[in-house]
Amino acid sequence: MTEPLLKVEGLKKYFPIKGGFLGRVKGHVKAVDDVSFFVNEGETLGIVGESGCGKSTTGRMLMRLLDPTEGKVTFDGQELTSLAPAEMRKARRDIQMVFQDPYASLNPRHSIEKILMEPLNVHNIGDPKERKRKVHEFLEIVGLSSYHAKRYPHQFSGGQRQRIGIARALMTNPKLIIADEPVSALDVSIQAQVLNLMQDLQRDLKLTYIFIAHDLGVVRHISDRVGVMYLGQMAELADTESLYEKPLHPYTQALLSSVPVPDPGFVREEVVISGDVPSPANPPSGCRFHTRCPFKMDICSKEVPLFAEVEPSHSVACHLYEACRPQ
Amino acid sequence: MDERKTILDVKGLRTSFFTDDGEVPAVDNVDFHIRQGEVLGIVGESGCGKSVTSLSIMGLVPSPPGKIVGGEILFQDKDLTKLSDKQMRQIRGDDIAMIFQEPMTSLNPLFTIGDQLREALKIHKRDWSKKQIQARAVEMMKLVGLPRPEALLTEYPHQLSGGMRQRVMIAMALLCDPKVLIADEPTTALDVTIQSQILKLIKNLNERLDTAVLLITHDLGVVAETCERVVVMYAGKVVEEGPVHTIFKDPQHPYTRGLLASVPDMRFKKERLYSIPGNVPKPGSVKIGCKFAERCEFAFDRCRAENPELYQTADDHQTRCFLYDPKEAKSHDRTVIES
Ligand SMILES: Nc1ncnc2c1ncn2[C@@H]1O[C@H](COP(=O)(O)OP(=O)(O)OP(=O)(O)O)[C@@H](O)[C@H]1O
Ligand SMILES: Nc1ncnc2c1ncn2[C@@H]1O[C@H](COP(=O)(O)OP(=O)(O)OP(=O)(O)O)[C@@H](O)[C@H]1O
Ligand code: SF4
Ligand SMILES: [Mg+2]
Ligand SMILES: [Mg+2]
Repeated sequence: MTEPLLKVEGLKKYFPIKGGFLGRVKGHVKAVDDVSFFVNEGETLGIVGESGCGKSTTGRMLMRLLDPTEGKVTFDGQELTSLAPAEMRKARRDIQMVFQDPYASLNPRHSIEKILMEPLNVHNIGDPKERKRKVHEFLEIVGLSSYHAKRYPHQFSGGQRQRIGIARALMTNPKLIIADEPVSALDVSIQAQVLNLMQDLQRDLKLTYIFIAHDLGVVRHISDRVGVMYLGQMAELADTESLYEKPLHPYTQALLSSVPVPDPGFVREEVVISGDVPSPANPPSGCRFHTRCPFKMDICSKEVPLFAEVEPSHSVACHLYEACRPQ
Repeated sequence: MDERKTILDVKGLRTSFFTDDGEVPAVDNVDFHIRQGEVLGIVGESGCGKSVTSLSIMGLVPSPPGKIVGGEILFQDKDLTKLSDKQMRQIRGDDIAMIFQEPMTSLNPLFTIGDQLREALKIHKRDWSKKQIQARAVEMMKLVGLPRPEALLTEYPHQLSGGMRQRVMIAMALLCDPKVLIADEPTTALDVTIQSQILKLIKNLNERLDTAVLLITHDLGVVAETCERVVVMYAGKVVEEGPVHTIFKDPQHPYTRGLLASVPDMRFKKERLYSIPGNVPKPGSVKIGCKFAERCEFAFDRCRAENPELYQTADDHQTRCFLYDPKEAKSHDRTVIES
């Protein structure tokens, strides 16, 4: 087997909660707490989970836009977590990010040309003429036209702005794109355009994607494998097909059974969970899901379940499957 | 045919905003009705006029710049567009209530949940004793499935989670047994597991209290799971209306078909999504012809020259598309868009 393009081991991010006398640290938000996974070259790994479960924090740490509290990220054989800032800047040429809000992520005072040129300037790629040619080339690739180069972000619709965001990410010919909710702000009909574009680009440019989203339909559509996060941890990770057809973790089951399906005749198997997600500053003991789990056993509040493979390419962190694990 | 009485009848509603760029026809000749105890969905993409429609019914269109410039909103034989502010206030508390997407904007952060529920009750039940009011507040909290209602009444909005706040808003809306509840994207800001709890609650209350619900959403899944009938809006107009079962199985308007084909389905993987080309036109930019013509793969000359009306295609199904004009139907191929 070849080495995965990206390998993440024991990744953690604790944000200090300051307060009280002299702004002392009162505790920590355990935004990401011991997450491990890998991504193979050319595939799409989807990451889903409810608001606040740590998806964006994970994505940002992979690029070291945020420094991990603990853990190791290896990309293309290089350990990113130990790189000096200058080396990390160089490595970013190969990892780019696409954000949810195309409005906020484009500088309103810069023309599209300037916005797209910037990554080339930063990484010192090509001469001015080549850079310009590249801008026009990528505008066409994402379905816009070269005459758009002179325009400003406010002159575009939401879907077009997201195309610009994607073009910007592609300028440096990256290997990996981390897309954090790239279609969540878009209308359904525009969302389909952007998803199709991302799939075409992946095929043509051999890209690898990490696709973060909370829409389970979108994630199924685009991903080869999917990881489900809950309260800063990976609850389950599997091939898309087995995750959706045979979810093992009770949280995944509940999540899948909550998604409204555009078919009025559809009768679902329901796994009902009650209550809200607990605070990541004070996560429940043992399995973090035990406070809402319909299948909770005694051990669940006492011991942290291991995140491990129970079937080939299907890992889960749940005591129900303890016996299925290869010893 | 449905025997239930029509409780709210919107006829030819036109609501515009008068801005520096001229008149923006946000709601452009909209017709629909809600029957007693029914759940009606309004679905459509951002900016198509869903919220302005509901604000028009509530008499809450910000004015200026907004104004209802035409049509009627009939509620129990009264035309709401003709009522005074005072009369509308009475209707808003007693007969028609509304909940919004972000409950935090409609709850006052400085007062406890209990204060706000009791205050709302006092306005409408002037002759009630303190005890009656408190009892009703607790009853409503229980009705919407909030745990430890007495304790929660003493807490402030920020102490509650998003899902709990939306339950409080629903309790507040239902305090005076309204006949119609308008819910504008009530679950859009919530996580799916919480969304499913709130939608179940709304449906359950609709069945128990026989309150008619107008559910506004851009999520076709939410419509399929919650509504009996649905109105599809595009660029300020109703483009299709009918029972949920028919519309999802056999959508007629090219926009509805395209929309349904664009949604990724959680249950299976489509090889490629259908996508409607182009963008939604700016309100008012299409002066003549079908507003969807520019993006429609079936468009023909007439679509750009005349305004299509809503053609009746079955007892309870209407479509604003020339393909369904009995005069045209034979000469055009309406082959279903493959997804
Ligand atoms: N800079 C920060 N300081 C303190 N806490 C933070 C910071 N950034 C994120 N958090 C907290 O970390 C947790 C995880 O946040 P994150 O943004 O990663 O969630 P997410 O899964 O991306 O959620 P969403 O779906 O809402 O985008 C949350 O509880 C959040 O409040
Ligand atoms: N105060 C206002 N001034 C000017 N135009 C307005 C105002 N409020 C709404 N509009 C316009 O009216 C149209 C309809 O808006 P509306 O809020 O009803 O859309 P919507 O269908 O509810 O969209 P969303 O799904 O984004 O909530 C939009 O084009 C909007 O720009
Ligand atoms: S009227 Fe014409 S343009 Fe409009 S939806 Fe029907 S076929 Fe398409
Ligand atoms: Mg996020
Ligand atoms: Mg709205």
